[in-house]
Amino acid sequence: MVTKKKEPLVKKIETLAKDVRKTANEKEAPQMDFPIRALNNVSYDSRKGYFQIGDRVKSRTLTFNTVKTFAQTLRMVSESKKLIESDDIASKREVYYVSKGWGEAKFDEQPESDTVMDDIEAHFGVNREQLRFMPEEKGGDVMGKLVIIDQDPGTGRDIEIDCMRFGSGAYSIPTLVEHLKFKTSAKFILVIETAGAFQRLVKHNFADTFNCILVSMGGVPTRACRRFIRKLSDDKKLPVYAFTDGDPYGYMNIYRTLKVGSGNAAHINEFFCVPKAKYLGVTPSDIVRYNLDTHKLKDVDIKRAKDALKNDPFVLKHKPWQKALKDMIKMGVRVEQQAFAKHGYNFVLETYLPEKLENPGAFLP
Amino acid sequence: MSEAVIEKQESLFDVSQNGASQEPLSKANGKLKRTTPKNAQKLAAGHREISVSEFFTKNRHLLGFDNPRKALLTTVKEAVDNSLDACEEGSIPPKISVRIEVISETRLKVTIADNGPGIVKSQIPKIFAKLLYGSKFHSLKQSRGQQGIGISAAGMYGQLTTGKPTIITSKPSSRKPAHYYELNIDTKRNNPEIVKEEDVDWDFAKTGTEVTIELEARYQKGKQSVDRYMEATALANPHAEFIYTPPDGEEIHYERETKELPPEAVEIKPHPYGVELGMLLKMIKETKERNLGLFLRREFSRVSEKVAEEISKAAGFEPKSRPSRVANGGVEALYKAINETKIMAPPTTCISPIGEELILKSLTQKIKADFTVSVSRPPSVYRGNPFLVEAGIAWGGELPQDDLVSLYRFANRVPLLYQQSGCSITGAVVGTDWRNYGLSQSRGALPAGPAVVFVHIASVWVPFTSESKEAIADYDEISKEVRLALQECGRKLSRHIKRRKRQADERRKRGYIEKYLPHIGIALQEILDISEKEKEKVIGNLAHVLEESRGGAAAVGADEVLPLEDDELAKEDES
Repeated sequence: MVTKKKEPLVKKIETLAKDVRKTANEKEAPQMDFPIRALNNVSYDSRKGYFQIGDRVKSRTLTFNTVKTFAQTLRMVSESKKLIESDDIASKREVYYVSKGWGEAKFDEQPESDTVMDDIEAHFGVNREQLRFMPEEKGGDVMGKLVIIDQDPGTGRDIEIDCMRFGSGAYSIPTLVEHLKFKTSAKFILVIETAGAFQRLVKHNFADTFNCILVSMGGVPTRACRRFIRKLSDDKKLPVYAFTDGDPYGYMNIYRTLKVGSGNAAHINEFFCVPKAKYLGVTPSDIVRYNLDTHKLKDVDIKRAKDALKNDPFVLKHKPWQKALKDMIKMGVRVEQQAFAKHGYNFVLETYLPEKLENPGAFLP
Repeated sequence: MSEAVIEKQESLFDVSQNGASQEPLSKANGKLKRTTPKNAQKLAAGHREISVSEFFTKNRHLLGFDNPRKALLTTVKEAVDNSLDACEEGSIPPKISVRIEVISETRLKVTIADNGPGIVKSQIPKIFAKLLYGSKFHSLKQSRGQQGIGISAAGMYGQLTTGKPTIITSKPSSRKPAHYYELNIDTKRNNPEIVKEEDVDWDFAKTGTEVTIELEARYQKGKQSVDRYMEATALANPHAEFIYTPPDGEEIHYERETKELPPEAVEIKPHPYGVELGMLLKMIKETKERNLGLFLRREFSRVSEKVAEEISKAAGFEPKSRPSRVANGGVEALYKAINETKIMAPPTTCISPIGEELILKSLTQKIKADFTVSVSRPPSVYRGNPFLVEAGIAWGGELPQDDLVSLYRFANRVPLLYQQSGCSITGAVVGTDWRNYGLSQSRGALPAGPAVVFVHIASVWVPFTSESKEAIADYDEISKEVRLALQECGRKLSRHIKRRKRQADERRKRGYIEKYLPHIGIALQEILDISEKEKEKVIGNLAHVLEESRGGAAAVGADEVLPLEDDELAKEDES
């Protein structure tokens, strides 16, 4: 792909560089602003449906204390421009290694380079994929009543991928999903926390029986996974139901991030979340209703739940979630997706999920 | 001389028999030099006679022979003190050799030689083998504190523990051969027993004396070792040269920093404020002066005719009153009158400091540090006794970074190695806030950092906490002077530490410009496709901007004493 005219992002990068140069030549200290990416700088409007970044910014003015980060930021920005102009990509790890060629300005550990990368994203209000920086992480697994239309990397021709034809395997979500198109007759998307639960449903042909698409997140959903679900559900107008462990981590870190985004990625949440997602379970009331075996809440679980009740704009907006978290703290227990095995291996797909799916209106928001 | 001997003996016996406080001993040592033999003999008649060896065995802790380790130190200390005194009295720059040899696991042989004037043949047996015999008694004159009862006590300790005689070689004349003696003490009668005597060749110096004592002792390194004593003694006596051979090691040579001997301390009469009631009573009973006025004027310093009259009248007497009349019931009134009368401070000529410059030289030469400061305070007075405090600090270099500083305490040039925690010098060091001066310090502890702290108190009468003379008593006047001296050193030190820190900061920041600005240049060049020249211009301008921003920090005055800029450091750590 040859660039005919300058991409808007390249223009933004040049503007930043020009500003630095101009300020320097005026014998002033150049400055870069970065929106603060944290839960205390997001707002939540349930109609918009995602965490929106606030207007608090941190300024990095060139001083002796900031000069190293300043240099690293500009070099990474320059690297991004090169990648855009040559239509290439670099993984986060590769970028970290590129910095090893910067002499004294190199990053010692990858978290340092990731932080600078996040700052740059936030500064330009774009996502890192637009900067051509790719995460190492896998996007998640998909199977079910879905045909994905992708392009052949060699010929650029469309190819159709039938997600019912992976046997006991699954389709793996790529890091870039914007170009994907979909064909489906499914009625809903079921998003699952653990690979174990996903495997069981695949094995027993749950997608065919219930005419749905199954997505395995493998923990907190990656940006690509969130974007894929968002795009698929928007394009095909499908409801999204989440099935996770019944603990504060499953509720907040996994489900809440899927639905409204995270504090750290607040600048790009708008596109990387699934506001229409609903929470199927496992809810605290399921524990009672299905007489499930539980584990005691750990201190960190209790702290996470209390923090969410106090600070999380999403929970503050949704009374049912406040009740669920309070119930959980009161019961003092958590439950895993696999706990249904107590009633037989297939209880979860023969009894629990069908019963729940009969009444999606009762799902948590 | 003989009168003093008897007086001293009598006091010692008091101690041994009734176990009373050690106070009478020290006071007698210090101030009662005018006791008549008649009086003393009368007093002594009432006491049971005991042998000196019995006395010694009972009181070895008072004399510094509590344990084998301390016995070695005390022996060396006594001999080195004697040698230094002898050389100074003979106006000879001292050269002293100390050698310790191992005889067996529990037995050591100590040999100390000096280049002093030597001792005439007839005196040798008495000096080395008769307890309580010496050329020097405490007068109100600055002198090295005599530990216990001197070199003969060390000889006796050796004799009691090993059965070996003390060996002395002394050469009073450069043209004649040296006298060689092997001496024992007759422990019953406190008299020397000559085991062997002859004339020998001796070549350590033109004149001088050498003593060898074999004793039960233990050599051990550490803060209370002979090693430390030698190092400290060399520090406080920069006019002396020392050659020290420890049992396990190479000869250590401490060079002298000056050939000039310290000025001889002048003897003074007691100042009225420094005399206690009991002492006053004794003095007035024993005076030969005709009347109270003359007694006050002649036996004390700083008492003029007018002041004598003032005191006399305030006490309800006349200057013409007979001393015997006052002694008979009027002493308390006199004591009170003295302390209520304004009297000029005593003369301070009687103090001989080491001097700022020599302390500096000494620390610089003998401690491997890279910065040294010293302070000599003006003389001051506590309870009528003149004294003077000197302090020094050696910092950095090869000194251990994180340990507590080593504190070297001295009284009249003699190192104090024991009872550090009970000493008011230590109190003053701990009570100084060293964090103001760039060292770290926990509450109630010595500061930590690569430093040696040197404190010397010179006085005609050093107030020790006990007869073992290892710690200085807590007098406000003394503590205050020590603190002032330390603060003065601390201020100089902190200027140095801050300068060093600033230089290091400066280098580091200069490094930032060279390390990181080029990368900003490269990035701008890549993004904007600017020329090499244009790139260099931007880098230059950015460097200028950074230099300017640093201007603010560097403007903090170099002479101000401020706590270290921890905040600034913390900020840098975050980034």
